[in-house]
Amino acid sequence: MNAPADYLLHLADNAVVLGQRNAEWCGHGPILEEDIAMGNVSLDYIGQARLLYQLAATRLGGDATEDKLAYFRDDTQFRNYTLLELPHNGPLVGYAKADRDYATTIVRNFLYGALMVLVWDALEKSSDSDLAAIAAKSLKEARYHLHHAADWVVRFGDGTEESHQRVQAALDHLFPYTEEFWTPSAVEDAAVASGAGVDVRTLRAAWDAIVNDTLGQGTLVRPQGRGYVPEGKHGRHSEHLGYLLGEMQGLARAHPGATW
Amino acid sequence: MTTVVEQVWATLEHLTDPEIPVVTLRELGILREVTETPAGVEVVITPTYTGCPAMGQIEDDVKACLEKAGIPARVVTRLAPAWTTDWMSEEAKEKLRVYGIAPPHTTRKEVNVIQFIRRPAATDLVACPRCGSTHTVVSSQFGSTACKALYKCLDCQEPFDYFKPY
Repeated sequence: MNAPADYLLHLADNAVVLGQRNAEWCGHGPILEEDIAMGNVSLDYIGQARLLYQLAATRLGGDATEDKLAYFRDDTQFRNYTLLELPHNGPLVGYAKADRDYATTIVRNFLYGALMVLVWDALEKSSDSDLAAIAAKSLKEARYHLHHAADWVVRFGDGTEESHQRVQAALDHLFPYTEEFWTPSAVEDAAVASGAGVDVRTLRAAWDAIVNDTLGQGTLVRPQGRGYVPEGKHGRHSEHLGYLLGEMQGLARAHPGATW
Repeated sequence: MTTVVEQVWATLEHLTDPEIPVVTLRELGILREVTETPAGVEVVITPTYTGCPAMGQIEDDVKACLEKAGIPARVVTRLAPAWTTDWMSEEAKEKLRVYGIAPPHTTRKEVNVIQFIRRPAATDLVACPRCGSTHTVVSSQFGSTACKALYKCLDCQEPFDYFKPY
């Protein structure tokens, strides 16, 4: 059975928003290797988003296209997790572009990467064969993303006093936002009921194991207490998504149909 | 007499990867299938990495090559089964090594995710394509293209690319 189009959009929006966010490091990476890594990770995310938008467009029919879905929907129509749209600024720094904090980038990629390895692994068995095919490809990429992020979480955590302090601060800042992972929306419930989606709650124990294992290796402390539950996947976003989409969608909207 | 399917395979045989011009699309396992359908010849290709910018180029190359040969054909992109470096032929792996790219190991079935994020096992040692030493170290999981990682040889001191198992 086919996954609901809104479910595909939820997965696609997650990928495109984090892909766009991480691409901000292009040309500004802390070291050359990491600059290249973030470019590669972003390309993977944008590639995954394209496959998902193409599938959603086919399912929606009419005049829907992948470009229309990515470039001509407004922020309230985006169904991504709030975590993914936040700027690269940790709580210890300001909001100027020059103040980007790589520990924040890495912690977000880690928390989300650990989720997506489990999500794609489960969706490989989706009753929607097109979604299952995308999941099988994306899983291979997600493993590299998680490996990369987990490696840096450990290096930062078990590194210098400064790197430890910054990665712990990023963790304290971002961890509450992961509560959104575990509170299914009506769209996710419908996808699960159709057999095409995954019940995220069944993935929580495995996610906890990955997170606890990596934080332990990095001598980091897992923030305690339940977070508040952000509602990005319901279309209620932080103020940051509008600016991100403004940059991503500006050219397509100023020059509809532009090619080069 | 050669069939049109054989003709297509022969025509596409010299097409190489845009980024790694020593291996052909067939050897890489990107060119999957050629079939004759009532609607004409169908060429199936499979994407490597979802965001690999070379895929558009590859599709254009296949189309242009067949057009030049005067063979009307349709190019279809198929996702499943997902492309894997395990499809790469042994001759292709040797060509990569000679070109200076360490060829990919066979992919392993992941037992669980925790195991995966721990340090790779000793069997994953990557040999330097220049001097053959396995005394090498990864400098970055991500390299000059989506499919490669950056390594450094600790014996001959040369940096090199490793084609990642995928």
